[in-house]
Amino acid sequence: MTQMKQFAALSVVFGSGALFGLGLTLSGMINPAKVIGFLDLAGNWDPSLLLVMAGGLAVTFPAFQLILKRGAPILEAKFYLPTRKDLDPRLLGGAVLFGLGWGIAGLCPGPALAALTLLNGQVFLFVAAMVAGMLLHKVLAE
Amino acid sequence: MVRIESEQVYIPEGLKHMENFTPVSAIAGGLLIGVAATLMLLVYGRIAGISGILGGILFPLQGETLWRVIFLVGLVAGAAVYPLISATSVQWTAQTGSIGMVIAGLLVGFGTRMGSGCTSGHAICGIARISKRSFAATGVFMVTAVITVYVLRHLSGLVI
Repeated sequence: MTQMKQFAALSVVFGSGALFGLGLTLSGMINPAKVIGFLDLAGNWDPSLLLVMAGGLAVTFPAFQLILKRGAPILEAKFYLPTRKDLDPRLLGGAVLFGLGWGIAGLCPGPALAALTLLNGQVFLFVAAMVAGMLLHKVLAE
Repeated sequence: MVRIESEQVYIPEGLKHMENFTPVSAIAGGLLIGVAATLMLLVYGRIAGISGILGGILFPLQGETLWRVIFLVGLVAGAAVYPLISATSVQWTAQTGSIGMVIAGLLVGFGTRMGSGCTSGHAICGIARISKRSFAATGVFMVTAVITVYVLRHLSGLVI
């Protein structure tokens, strides 16, 4: 890839990240109270998270179908997509563990990183533990 | 830029207890997230899955680190800019104590690596690719989180 193309691609990557962070914050998903408000069906239910997902999918669902018909992305040689197709115990077990953590704190990786901007000690604690969990998985998986 | 002064929307009488529901900002924020993930795939061919991007920085592969760092710097920058361009302040309320934060963080970090993704990679990007694995993972982590919240808040009285 030429340097010019590389620079353009990474500028778009930065813009994509910025839009993502903006969207997480605007949607309120950065706030654990909004997430727990959705997950707590028996409490004072807040369906906002459902509409965040619906808003996201309203764009990605049609767009991804069209994009993946292309031979390649605009500024890269190929698509980098997951290749596995089967439902294995690791996928489902991992989703259970993630769901447990999500239900305890109301934080998933994107909102947790976006919330670092609040300079709150509790967020730092969660993100440090999340990174430790990722490293632990790496150690145990080998 | 997006500016939502206040969110006075019509809520039917039967749903009046949903006073925390913010449909306008939720849809607008969701659309932004969708555009972000679409740009990423269309231009750079990558999936905007946050746990995969962060995990990829922790265990770097040749040539696959810089874009990940730039994406996450962008994500934090976007969140940092929000209060400057919005009329509303960012609300953030912890739902558990320090011990809960550590336990939850470990579970989220470990679980998202083991399960190959989180809310963004599976629920926003994977479902859009009509991936069977992402449909299954999204269903499992949603149901598990709902049960976890129910048990912690309505059955056990245990606050961690």
